[in-house]
Amino acid sequence: MLNVTRRHLMALASAALVSGAVMGTAQAQETIKVGVLHSLSGTMAISETTLKDVMLMLIEEQNKKGGLLGKKLEAVVVDPASNWPLFAEKARELISQNKVSAVFGCWTSVSRKSVLPVFKELNSILFYPVQYEGEESERNVFYTGAAPNQQAIPAVDYLAKEEKVERWVLAGTDYVYPRTTNKILESYLKSKGVKAEDIMINYTPFGHSDWQTIVADIKKFGSAGKKTAVVSTINGDANVPFYKELANQGVKATDIPVVAFSVGEEELAGIDTKPLVGHLAAWNYFQSVDTPENKAFIEKWKAFTKNDKRVTNDPMEAHVIGFNMWVKAVEKAGSTDPDKVIDAIVGVEVPNLTGGTSKMLPNHHITKPVLIGEIKEDGQFETVSQTDALVPGDAWSKYLDGSKDLIADWKDLKCGNYNTVTKKCGA
Amino acid sequence: MTSLRRLLQAFVLLIGMVSAVVAGPYEDALPKFAADSYADTEAAIGAVAGSGHAQALNLVEALRDGRLMVGAGQVYIRDAAGQFVEAATGRSMEAPVGAKPVRVNNRVRRAVEAALGSMTLLSPDAGIRLDAARAVFRSRDAAALPTLEKAIGQESDAAVKGALESARAAVLLAKPDASSSDKLAAVETLRARGDQDALALLSSLPEGTPAGVSEAAIKAAEGIRSRLALWNAVQNVWYGISLGSVLLLAAIGLSITFGTMGVINMAHGEMVMIGAYTTFLVQEAIRTHAPGLFGVSLFIALPLAFLVAGLIGILIERTVIRFLYGRALETLLATWGISLILQQGVRTIFGPTNREVGTPAWMSGALEIGGLSLTYNRVAIVIFAFAVFATLLLVLRYTSLGLYVRAVTQNRRMAGSMGIRTNRIDALAFGLGSGVAGIAGVALSQIDNVSPNLGQGYIIDSFMVVVFGGVGNLWGTLVGAMTLGIANKLLEPYAGAVLGKIVLLVAIILFIQRRPRGLFALKGRAVEA
Repeated sequence: MLNVTRRHLMALASAALVSGAVMGTAQAQETIKVGVLHSLSGTMAISETTLKDVMLMLIEEQNKKGGLLGKKLEAVVVDPASNWPLFAEKARELISQNKVSAVFGCWTSVSRKSVLPVFKELNSILFYPVQYEGEESERNVFYTGAAPNQQAIPAVDYLAKEEKVERWVLAGTDYVYPRTTNKILESYLKSKGVKAEDIMINYTPFGHSDWQTIVADIKKFGSAGKKTAVVSTINGDANVPFYKELANQGVKATDIPVVAFSVGEEELAGIDTKPLVGHLAAWNYFQSVDTPENKAFIEKWKAFTKNDKRVTNDPMEAHVIGFNMWVKAVEKAGSTDPDKVIDAIVGVEVPNLTGGTSKMLPNHHITKPVLIGEIKEDGQFETVSQTDALVPGDAWSKYLDGSKDLIADWKDLKCGNYNTVTKKCGA
Repeated sequence: MTSLRRLLQAFVLLIGMVSAVVAGPYEDALPKFAADSYADTEAAIGAVAGSGHAQALNLVEALRDGRLMVGAGQVYIRDAAGQFVEAATGRSMEAPVGAKPVRVNNRVRRAVEAALGSMTLLSPDAGIRLDAARAVFRSRDAAALPTLEKAIGQESDAAVKGALESARAAVLLAKPDASSSDKLAAVETLRARGDQDALALLSSLPEGTPAGVSEAAIKAAEGIRSRLALWNAVQNVWYGISLGSVLLLAAIGLSITFGTMGVINMAHGEMVMIGAYTTFLVQEAIRTHAPGLFGVSLFIALPLAFLVAGLIGILIERTVIRFLYGRALETLLATWGISLILQQGVRTIFGPTNREVGTPAWMSGALEIGGLSLTYNRVAIVIFAFAVFATLLLVLRYTSLGLYVRAVTQNRRMAGSMGIRTNRIDALAFGLGSGVAGIAGVALSQIDNVSPNLGQGYIIDSFMVVVFGGVGNLWGTLVGAMTLGIANKLLEPYAGAVLGKIVLLVAIILFIQRRPRGLFALKGRAVEA
């Protein structure tokens, strides 16, 4: 019984593989393929599924405009299932089997680190749309999300200036992004004269659900007589129980505000936001931003998903910018050859959704505005502060000993970690 | 067109000048709301609150509720019925075109809270007076002092009076020109109050506080700190009981399927998830059809969650698990597969994002007892967990189903020979375990994400509880859950959440080495069966 099923399955699977490969070669002549590498199952599906949808929308829209270089674009969607090693396998499959011209994908830093060697080895292009910890610049990767200087540092500056915060709780999930961001923030705060005893750092496991002790600790830490704020790099699912506990223990934004770097419109959709009014988030885009570009985008998105309640968020905007930059670079290079596109894309400018024009920098990061928003009752954000000019992303933080002398420049220096003191690449 | 506009501007200017002649601080402050600047709004709130104008309270309340509108440079108040009133005159108006609510941020919210506090100290409603006293306690607004004195003089409610006196103490300590004796009395009031807020106030006295007062404050703060440290230990034990009851809820269904039937059911967590989604559906239905029932939505969800999860459990037992009895490894893999199917199924139907399950009003907020703060939702879950435990114990002890289940557990073949349909009992017991997991989901929807991954977070902990407590024993599950919960919460403040969990796991591994059958091992023939 079991054997028969297994054999059937094998036959089915190989049939699917063969037909997939045949179809692949048959269509390769007419279309330009774009890889979409986002988890559609597993823990990260909550965030990444939306990004897959956005890519499909952008590709459909580009095809309506007549495609690219006279060819139609074709999306190749794979599901790495929130499994980090599978990201590398799927990336390899996209590049070597499906022959995609560029890949848009990844969310967590660990998934990005897992696909890096593949993109280097096979020389392809990855657009990474999520805010991350920085300390990286690769020739084959374009970082369209925020670096720490485009999110974390301006948020802390806002709290210090507007809310007169003197005591800081840095709370995060225990993995690379919060740890690096908090290291940068701790060093930055100390450079601003904040004493060590006024900084509390706390890490919790992924999916932590019992926040009673930590929220009580935060309350205690906040009762030392100095204005206290929480800087949260808590990731994904752990946020909902965290905010619920804050609300239940009566921690209000007017007393101890929480500024989050991983909580956007999508995450708030699962929470009753009334007790959270006034807590903050720092991003480069909010759905509530009132510009004609954003209005048009939201309308298109709702029409595409056929759902009036779907929200938009920051990583989606990053994909919009990244995709438009890639399209422009391909047009400029007249080819989808990765080497030509990598050379052509630096300096490309496209309008973002907040009314400015973002530019691809030689360090493969982009310029973005920094927005601080307060949570409103309807789960949207009210922008309470916005930088006047766009902030260029730093690949290497100025506030860490190991990286303050490093710069990345893929245009002239052709190096992702050039040491300005020793004048050497890779030191 | 231009001339018309100029004429209009001149007219507006004229009106402005005329009203400026008769205007007080209230009217002067109004245009600041239209400036769309947080700093101006904040300043205007202070001016309005101090103006004593008849409309002042109404205006600040409107601002708090997002009903203060600005259109064409004028300020309007929208009342609850949606009618517009001109803020300056109180006259009813047509809704102005393009009017937008005045924007607020935390700074403005704090100012609103402080202003409302000082304006409502003499309100006839005791609840409002209590809120007002607390607001003044936070704002320490010296201007509120005379009203505060008057309010204390005529207050009859003891709780409100206490709050008013704390507020006066806070104002006096912050006021530079208050006398030393007043300040010392204030320190004493706060010392008697003895909570975290008092501690915060005492440890942040402004510069220029007389030396005697600072010393008294430092001493009082010390006293409060040592008192709070004691309460803190109690609080940690409470957190432990609360975590323990969550573990108990998650594990108790498993203790039936795994403990008494020996089925390693990796899909147990998904039954919890299904219970949570049932709660979501019930609330959705209530929101659209009968909003008045929202307060009891959880009680409606309980039997439904039990039924839905229980039926799915029976379905799984009948279609998959019954073919695999006695083959533990294959059961494990099969149920693991089922758990993935259920997760992806829910993800396909409801989408990958979290679903919002509301908390009824009676479960929000916290109860303060001495230095303890007990959040109502946790109290409810602790009570609920024990109720479920007791019910299950009674079912197993006193019903015929319970008798059959126990008989099958102890000796399957003998029970079969006595005429018990063991097949049917297996299915029912599995359904019971799954149903209990479903009602655990109703409770967990109140404190955790309602997402397809909900169950995964609990499956490991549940197995840990059942194995630690002793397989096949409900009491073992209770003691196991409470021990793990309390140990976890006592470790957390010292070791941190990550390390605490590791320490606990290592301790359990060592314990299982010593006593492989857990805390309460079943003895006798059942062990060999």
